[in-house]
Amino acid sequence: MKRLLPMRILPAILLVLPPGVVPAAAREGGHGDHRRPVSAQPASAVHDHHAGHSGAAPRPSAHDPDAGHAEATSAAPDAPGHGHGHGHGHDGHANHATTSHGAHDHAPAPAPAQAPHGTHAQRASHAHVTHDDLAPAATPPHDHAAHAMPQAHGAAPAQPAPREPIPHPTDADRAAAFPPLRHGHAHGGGINSLVRFDRLEGWDADPGTGQAWEARAWVGGDVQRLWLRSEGEREDGRTLAADLEVFYGRGISPWWDLLAGVRHDFAPGDSRTWAALGVQGMAPYKFEVAATAYLGSGGRTALRAEVEYELPLTRRLLLQPKLELELHGRDDVRRGIGTGLSTAEAGVRLRWAATPRFAPYFGVVHERSFGDTRRYRAAEHGQARDTHWVAGLRWWF
Amino acid sequence: MSPSRDASFLPASPARRRFVQGLALAGVAGSGLLRGNALAMTPAVLSGHDFDLAIGQTLLDITGRPRPAVAVNGQVPAPLLRWREGDTVSVRVHNRLPNVPSSIHWHGILLPANMDGVPGMSFDGIAPGETWLYRFTLKQSGTYWYHSHSLFQEQAGLYGPIIVDPLQPPPYRYDREHVLLFSDWTDLAPDALFRRLKKAPGYDNLYRRTATDFLRDVRRDGLRATLAERGMWGRMRMTPSDLSDVNGNTYTYLLNGQPPAGNWTGLFRPGERVLLRLVNAGAMTHFDVRIPGLKMTVVAADGQYVHPVSVDELRIAAAETYDVIVEPTGQDAYTIFAQDLGRTGFARGTLAVRHGLAAPVPAVDPRPLLAMGDMAHGGHAGHGGQGRHRTGHHDTTGQAHAGHQAAQAHAGHDGHGGHAPATPRGVVHPPTEAGNPLVDMQASPTGPRLDDPGIGLRGNGRRVLAYADLRSLFEDPDGREPGREVELHLTGHMEKFAWSFNGVPFASAEPLRLNYGERVRIVLVNDTMMHHPIHLHGMWSDLEDAQGRFQVRKHTVDMPPGTRRSYRVRADALGRWAYHCHLLYHMEAGMMREVRVEEAA
Repeated sequence: MKRLLPMRILPAILLVLPPGVVPAAAREGGHGDHRRPVSAQPASAVHDHHAGHSGAAPRPSAHDPDAGHAEATSAAPDAPGHGHGHGHGHDGHANHATTSHGAHDHAPAPAPAQAPHGTHAQRASHAHVTHDDLAPAATPPHDHAAHAMPQAHGAAPAQPAPREPIPHPTDADRAAAFPPLRHGHAHGGGINSLVRFDRLEGWDADPGTGQAWEARAWVGGDVQRLWLRSEGEREDGRTLAADLEVFYGRGISPWWDLLAGVRHDFAPGDSRTWAALGVQGMAPYKFEVAATAYLGSGGRTALRAEVEYELPLTRRLLLQPKLELELHGRDDVRRGIGTGLSTAEAGVRLRWAATPRFAPYFGVVHERSFGDTRRYRAAEHGQARDTHWVAGLRWWF
Repeated sequence: MSPSRDASFLPASPARRRFVQGLALAGVAGSGLLRGNALAMTPAVLSGHDFDLAIGQTLLDITGRPRPAVAVNGQVPAPLLRWREGDTVSVRVHNRLPNVPSSIHWHGILLPANMDGVPGMSFDGIAPGETWLYRFTLKQSGTYWYHSHSLFQEQAGLYGPIIVDPLQPPPYRYDREHVLLFSDWTDLAPDALFRRLKKAPGYDNLYRRTATDFLRDVRRDGLRATLAERGMWGRMRMTPSDLSDVNGNTYTYLLNGQPPAGNWTGLFRPGERVLLRLVNAGAMTHFDVRIPGLKMTVVAADGQYVHPVSVDELRIAAAETYDVIVEPTGQDAYTIFAQDLGRTGFARGTLAVRHGLAAPVPAVDPRPLLAMGDMAHGGHAGHGGQGRHRTGHHDTTGQAHAGHQAAQAHAGHDGHGGHAPATPRGVVHPPTEAGNPLVDMQASPTGPRLDDPGIGLRGNGRRVLAYADLRSLFEDPDGREPGREVELHLTGHMEKFAWSFNGVPFASAEPLRLNYGERVRIVLVNDTMMHHPIHLHGMWSDLEDAQGRFQVRKHTVDMPPGTRRSYRVRADALGRWAYHCHLLYHMEAGMMREVRVEEAA
């Protein structure tokens, strides 16, 4: 940056500005059929020296020197119009001179900015010279009429022609260049998917055993995906909690997806459905984060937030701390839920990457409840906190 | 969320990994199990004017498990095609694959667009059971190659070398020649590998730094420095061990179709000058090639003569070719050693005075880690699309203005004709990168770094080729200064395995339009931490030096992380041309554009 010479920046900036502001007409032209003359251009002009400013060889009709010349001359007065309408260079304007200069002159780039640096002139002139040499058949001097223009703009010396001449396309060349196509370029799957069981684990409960699962899956493209998430817990043959969430997810930034969908609770209690809105993604330092807000019937609200991290101890051994919090907007006595922060679950799991897809783990999980939730649970189970060892499997496909 | 990119996994098949490295390190010669049903030996040579190539399915046994492969005339690699400059060749390509269309693209060969073999751009592909007649006149000479441009058939084996003999004798003398065609083989079905990359892009990133490494670094650099360094990577959500997306954990590297243990052998007589025609037909691999004990004199790059430069080692990016001359004498056998950029495996063969000999095989070099500087990550370049970008700078808006490139050219575009493209200036990112969920990083490279031998090759005690060493033997064949400049940023999202130009994947990108006859400067800026060998079909990429002067003519320009490189393109070929990263899965994931050269009317 510091080596930037102001003399170079200035024209760059000035030259840069125009396209931002460039007449809409020029842009629209770019969208349209480039082969069609734009707007009021005389049809007769279309085939001729249009290619000149780009250095392209004119079509055979352009070989007629007089035609080229005449067009150049007659079209010149229209330059401003051409510059705007045809700056993109696809239109069939009468002649290269008009067009290229029209574009240069009348595109908003202030002329003074160009002249001192010769950028414009250089380009313009080479375009013309190019034209000449590209079209040997059209060598007659008429083209120099056009050349006068760049020079008139106070330009640098005309640029040499390409050392290796660029041949004239023939109709056969054109046909070979743009064969009709029925199919687009075939590409590998735009739709992909992932199913990942983060936790499939069990523990020794008292009484009986406990099991829990947590899974997520997506199917879709890179930005838009259908997400499924499910989480649940059983103890002693009884389903304590189970839910399934379905979301439409959309990448809203490189690291964050916005999810909107529904959650259905199968347990505890009667089944219940929530509307859900959340974000998930990767926070700096590679923390995986998900936070979802829920709105249920009767104005119930809830929030679930989860953060986890992976710490590689060795290449095979990964330590994964994880924290999950649940908050509720109002009491739900039947389900043993109180207002505010209701439960927190913190776990640390040590995973052994036996294969890339299957990783058994063991860990310790601490669960506790807070506030009214804690009161309800204590009343029901006799305890409001629980610490247990778990063993499980992480698996994706 | 996908399984973390840097998930630390061991190889799915340790046995295979042992096969790839252990057996070869022990110098054990290959056994019969290496030979597939297809003839995986030195490619057969076809020469003349008329050719019949039959694309078909075969079984190839590289690792002890016969796997489906795509062969040409029953061979992987496909036969060597030997043409002659000035000749018109006819190649009838028969697609005998069951139910899948196919194609052949002649990489680096100048020809009419409808002969270029890219389905959806040049033609509709070759339907199963059908035959396509390619017919074109050779306007060049040198070492090239050909491969399928359909789906993942290139990975599955459809690649072969091309030699175009020059009309004039070459500017060097040689007594004998060998083609060294490097490639990467996987027992996975290539589309399954692609799906895996989408699910778990970091599957092969096994060498993530661990807690142990952290302690070691703390002892070495101090806690503060180590935390600061880890913090930078952490904030980027990336890992410095992530050098290539697919590596030796998945691939067995091949030389002329042979795995290391197969020990492909090329013969020489002591004192001979041997021309080696190196072709990297790898789908996802950069190879660092050397022949311990021999200097390699590089005489051509991408088929085009360069001023001879003598080196110990060279990095050949995917799709590049190099011609080198060696003069083996004094030893009966020399090892050709080609390790992958990530140092996870190697291809290997032998130059020997007779078959059955072997020379010691070196160990792979230590695995390098990326440094922030490698990515031109100055610490303040925004990531996550929050980077600075000056709106209105159309130079970088290949997408937003894709259809208007031509307009820009003549509407006061920033075409500083003679100015050096490398003029240092603030890096300006295209607006399409901003906040783009498919762009996970923006860098601020200001220079081409042509004299940098590359990650893992610096200061290794060997004379390593750098792009700065490559100078065409001829002056700029066009000679004109570019009339305008098109800047494109190479972008991606590592965790999504999404790749693009300017943050816009191929599927939603407008063609980049060039006017027939014009000379354009293309400036590429690598905003990712990966290498991207960028290949423009149909026209040369005339690489410029740091001062913006013509330096070397290429068909594939490698873009290491942290580089901003420019080259000149003479739009002298009408038609729709593919323009893409030649890492196959990057291309498939969207790092591709159509370049459309049209007459300006």
